Amino acid sequence: MSFMKLTASAIALAAVSATGAMARDQIQVAGSSTVLPYASIVAEAFGENFDFPTPVVESGGSSSGLKRFCEGVGENTIDIANASRPIKDKEIKACAEAGVTDIIQVRIGYDGIVFASQLNGPAFTAFVPTDWFKALAAELPVDGKMVANPNMKWSDVNADLPAEDIMAFIPGTKHGTREVFEEKVLIQGCKDSGAMEEMIATGLDEKAAEAACKAVRTDGKSVDIDGDYTETLARIDSNPHGLGVFGLAFYENNTDKLKVATMGGVAPSTETIASGDYPVSRPLYFYIKKAHIGVIPGLKEYAEFFVSDDIAGPSGPLAEYGLVSDPELAATQAQVADEKTMASNM
Amino acid sequence: MTDASISGPAGKPQLKKTSGSLLELDKGTRRRNAAEKRFRIYGMAAVGVGLIFLLVLLFTIVRNGVPAFTQTFIELPVELSEAKLDKSGNRDVEEIKKVTTFGYSGLINDALAASLVNEGITSPFKKASDLNKLVSSSAAAQIRDYVLANPDQIGKTVNFEVLASSRVDGYEKGRVTRVALVNDKNLDAAHLDVADQLKAAGTLKRKFNWAFITGADASESRPEQAGIGVSMLGSLFMMLVVLVLSLPIGVAASVYLEEFAPKNWITDVIEVNISNLAAVPSIVFGILGLAVFIQFIELPQSAPLVGGLVLTLMTLPTIIISTRASLKAVPPSIRDAALGVGASKMQSVFHHVLPLAMPGILTGTILGLAQALGETAPLLLIGMVGYIASNYPDGIASGFLDPNSAMPAQIYEWAKRADPAYYERAWGGIIILLVFLMTMNIIAIILRRRFERRW
Repeated sequence: MSFMKLTASAIALAAVSATGAMARDQIQVAGSSTVLPYASIVAEAFGENFDFPTPVVESGGSSSGLKRFCEGVGENTIDIANASRPIKDKEIKACAEAGVTDIIQVRIGYDGIVFASQLNGPAFTAFVPTDWFKALAAELPVDGKMVANPNMKWSDVNADLPAEDIMAFIPGTKHGTREVFEEKVLIQGCKDSGAMEEMIATGLDEKAAEAACKAVRTDGKSVDIDGDYTETLARIDSNPHGLGVFGLAFYENNTDKLKVATMGGVAPSTETIASGDYPVSRPLYFYIKKAHIGVIPGLKEYAEFFVSDDIAGPSGPLAEYGLVSDPELAATQAQVADEKTMASNM
Repeated sequence: MTDASISGPAGKPQLKKTSGSLLELDKGTRRRNAAEKRFRIYGMAAVGVGLIFLLVLLFTIVRNGVPAFTQTFIELPVELSEAKLDKSGNRDVEEIKKVTTFGYSGLINDALAASLVNEGITSPFKKASDLNKLVSSSAAAQIRDYVLANPDQIGKTVNFEVLASSRVDGYEKGRVTRVALVNDKNLDAAHLDVADQLKAAGTLKRKFNWAFITGADASESRPEQAGIGVSMLGSLFMMLVVLVLSLPIGVAASVYLEEFAPKNWITDVIEVNISNLAAVPSIVFGILGLAVFIQFIELPQSAPLVGGLVLTLMTLPTIIISTRASLKAVPPSIRDAALGVGASKMQSVFHHVLPLAMPGILTGTILGLAQALGETAPLLLIGMVGYIASNYPDGIASGFLDPNSAMPAQIYEWAKRADPAYYERAWGGIIILLVFLMTMNIIAIILRRRFERRW
């Protein structure tokens, strides 16, 4: 191994010395695969309109992006982490331990989560969170006791739904989307249906009841998809009675194969999500290392460009792709311009 | 037999059983012959099934991938209005740069509207801006780059050949139908009517898509612009690293192990471990590369240099094993003859054994490189998947050190993206990758055929 290391270092040194000291002149971004399309659109436009090289955007998921973000400060660490959920206290702590103390949090807009099935499949057109909770919960309270979920068909859950076998493809636990799905659909449905109260009545405390609400059945009626939405789409393609959970932008690019259902009576669209009527949405973020501003050329310009009206505004290319633009964009722009870090926000 | 033939009548019935006409097959022979026939049929069936799989695979690849090699273009005369592009009128490039690509979209809308009027097509839309869904968003950047390079053209009308948007292109290729557009907010059926009319007028054309082979990756909003060229360069630089490192290291290691090393338990352990290493899943090398090259040595992320180093580790065992096999195949008489006329051990190896083993070594190396070229898994971990291959490297050093992707990683990335147009490009990328792999394998076969010696 040490021989390899030596060779590797020697080659790297040779290459570096050949060009003189080569500082990194490219912005490096990593993180959420939900934010990736937006970040790549911005990166491309940034490369076209500025004299800086096009930033590099990697995917991998919110958690892995933030983990790499928190590895430390320096040219061989990433400058920006994309995330489809806010950074956790645990991650802020890990960051601080590695010397990443000044983090700028930028909210770029909102993303809707939609429930879709095959275009010509059964008529899954309207859901309420309760339907999904009752269809997917591992255990339901019946007569004061927790029993394994007896529902086999959607019509068992809600007589208005088609009499089709329950078959749901939901995002795996490493996805940020899963957390939103649990919170806004499963737990919401649990509360709405009164199941949560019944659970507490059976002797569970509130925390345990919440955990029971979001516990998903494991008898094969619900399948965790760890890959991307393309994998969910492939599963739906081969399963006429399957239902999948997608991002709004993904659905809008595949309307020739998918049909979307309303949630709580509201059809998902950028308008209903911006107005807050559509219940299942979440903010998207990116995080900047303040220490890298001024060191990596173009970093601040990129951030400012990202949240500018031309890009992230309601008629910009991001909204066209499916992002729901943030009504408080002006505040975000000011925050980026002032390089306000998270600590000074709190 | 003679014993049996002269034996008493007691042996007779036995004899009758086994003897018979040579022209008439007995039961046992027939059974054995039938078994052989059956086995041949099984074998042919196995080959047939393999061939069918191969044909289906090739057919799918070609059918899905070929559309990526053509692309729909729209000819568009654009008036480069001075009022919009250079308000001060002094043609200062720095000032013209301040107009971003968003400032150019108005020009394209006007140009489209004017072009429709020219061709006598009535626009079904009230607003001119509704038309711009026909044209790729790359058009603005294309025109802006032209203006920055030729500021003296401002104020004139210039003919551009811009990319049609991916939905229009999909319609030309039969991927997008009017029915499918009902829920699509990216394009309406009315756009397709306009596209049909433009096609009849000859402004909308489908041409061979060089940009797919030479171009850079594009963001998700414009799959029509994406190309595999930059990641091809990434693969090239990685293969250079692999070749430069693994060939000398692999050959030196195997020459030493085969010709010089004493046979004891240490060399046995090394030998076993080399074979083990050849069987290690490639993702493991990716984790190793992340830990050692990026986190410990602090080489840049996503760099082809790191990718090459990781793939070198993966290719080394293959090269060592094939080199040792071809060294072993050189008969000892060659070595003995060399030593007999007074050559030193080293002279006998370098003047006689190694040249004779060279075809085998090269074949092994090329096959190892081909395997490395198609490898995706280790690249996932060193950050070569994503929107990476967007800049052409500007020089040799930047080719090794600047972030880049590789062909298989680019294909993987495209297959993940939401827009169905990327799916087609992923298949197209597979065709290009297959062409490379086939060329390498054919070179290996030719080398082996031409230089192979039989003893």
